[in-house]
Amino acid sequence: MRLAKQELQIDGTQQMTTLTTSSTGNSNPNALMRDEMWAFLIMTVLLALVPVSGIYPFFVMQALCFALFACAFNLLIGYGGLLSFGHAMFLGTAGYVTAHALKVWGVSPEIGIVLGVAASAALGVVTGLIAIRRQGIYFSMITLALSQLLYFIYLQVPFTHGEDGIQGVPQGMLFGIFDLSKPITLYYVVLVVFLLGFLLIYRTINSPFGEVLKSIRENEPRAISLGYKADQYKLMAFILSASLVGLAGAVKVFVAQNASLTDVHWTMSGEVVLIALVGGLGTVFGPVIGAFIIIAMQQYLASFGQWVLVIQGVIFVACVLTFRRGVIGEIGHYFRRSL
Amino acid sequence: MSDEFILQTHGLTKEFAGFVAVRDVDLKVRRGSIHALIGPNGAGKTTCFNLLTKFLTPTTGQILYKGQDITALQPAAVARLGLVRSFQISAVFPHLTALENVRVALQRQHGNSFDFWRSKSVLDVYNHRAEELLHDVGLSEFAKTPAVEMPYGRKRALEIATTLALDPDMMLLDEPMAGMGHEDIDKISALIKRISAKYTILMVEHNLSVVAHLSDIITVLTRGQVLAEGNYAELSKDQRVKEAYLGAGHE
Repeated sequence: MRLAKQELQIDGTQQMTTLTTSSTGNSNPNALMRDEMWAFLIMTVLLALVPVSGIYPFFVMQALCFALFACAFNLLIGYGGLLSFGHAMFLGTAGYVTAHALKVWGVSPEIGIVLGVAASAALGVVTGLIAIRRQGIYFSMITLALSQLLYFIYLQVPFTHGEDGIQGVPQGMLFGIFDLSKPITLYYVVLVVFLLGFLLIYRTINSPFGEVLKSIRENEPRAISLGYKADQYKLMAFILSASLVGLAGAVKVFVAQNASLTDVHWTMSGEVVLIALVGGLGTVFGPVIGAFIIIAMQQYLASFGQWVLVIQGVIFVACVLTFRRGVIGEIGHYFRRSL
Repeated sequence: MSDEFILQTHGLTKEFAGFVAVRDVDLKVRRGSIHALIGPNGAGKTTCFNLLTKFLTPTTGQILYKGQDITALQPAAVARLGLVRSFQISAVFPHLTALENVRVALQRQHGNSFDFWRSKSVLDVYNHRAEELLHDVGLSEFAKTPAVEMPYGRKRALEIATTLALDPDMMLLDEPMAGMGHEDIDKISALIKRISAKYTILMVEHNLSVVAHLSDIITVLTRGQVLAEGNYAELSKDQRVKEAYLGAGHE
């Protein structure tokens, strides 16, 4: 109906602007940036106030690690259209490398983090080169297979201590100044890392690279016909995503003080899909909200034991059936805003 | 020779598991012309297109573009040489605005497309050119409309604007009029006629009145082979073409 109307107006006179602008008020880049800026400020303030609010900071730190994990995952699926089902391998690899470096080599926290991220980035290059050759479900299957392969390697090699994991990792002094064994200091360090990671992802989405990535997501053959080597962009997005997941995994070591098989298990890859989906795929803030929802559930429903998984399953089904855009996606859609 | 013909193929053949979709096609596209490729369904027109733009690899044969052998190139590389295609189903980026659609094409030539650390506001320098291109195809008022919300005929126009943004030497249009109403056909025809002053165009098209109106030369394909070549007047008298394709109804 509206299409027909638009066409009429075009063929007729030049007075169609009212209709077209009203239907696309949500794509005005300035308004969009403003919304996102406000949302970011509110998020930052709320998170900065956590230690004085009486909320258990350990829970929030854990949620922040998962939020960064999910944001990085979302960069790939939400903006590159690539569903990785093996992202736990980047989380776990960075975790193991950072934990090992801190505990066995006794390096400082910043070096530990750099090593963890570098390991995930390197793994991202190798697995990315293999996986991006295929599309759709095959891409997902290859990432799943690679992460399973890695899981069994980590189960066997001595430095991960198999089922026990690397326990009692020392937190140390960041840059020799910040004592990470103090919960408050650790909290703000985790928060800063999360915010920096979040901003980098936001910038990537809204960069020249992000524009090309989105165009490939929208219509890959067309992007190729415009002269873009789609595989190179997808690989780049994959490596970026892997590195940022690595950052989340490295920081998580300081929070949990251990690195274990849980983080490389395929259920972790599934969990990040769930987080991103509940929050809203392809939204900037969705994965953050999703992470808080899912981690809160695990935390506060822990007394239900294994039933948590059942509840998660139900939420997953409900999400796919009723609010497919996710929490943030639905809110944004309702207000015709992009968040 | 290569000056006169911008695109030439020699013995172009494509087999799919024993089925020969395109057989031994020698095509010569004259620089600056509108060249139409017609033929009944399944004649191999789209396969031909895919071969020329390297979306498919020929089984045998050679493709020369501006005298350069492009048979072994990747599709993105062919596009970078200025041989740009469109698709049968309208190929826009649905959730980008019309302006962004065109800008993605403009952005490619400027080599900052891997910069993930820069704000996309650096792309604003292309806005002016993008607006000009939209204006040229009559889409100024759609600049901020997501492509998905545009009427079908406008999407095709947007697609052409996007292609023009690359400043190609040659455009391959795969059924530019498919699924369009009368008014849109007239508009897009006029647009193609207008841009043909600057570009060489090879198009696949089923609408014969469009073909008759626009093309300088027509190649008729049947069962993967070239049946005849000539202008519309010549071909419409050709008995073989009539039998294979036009039928009695198109006299």
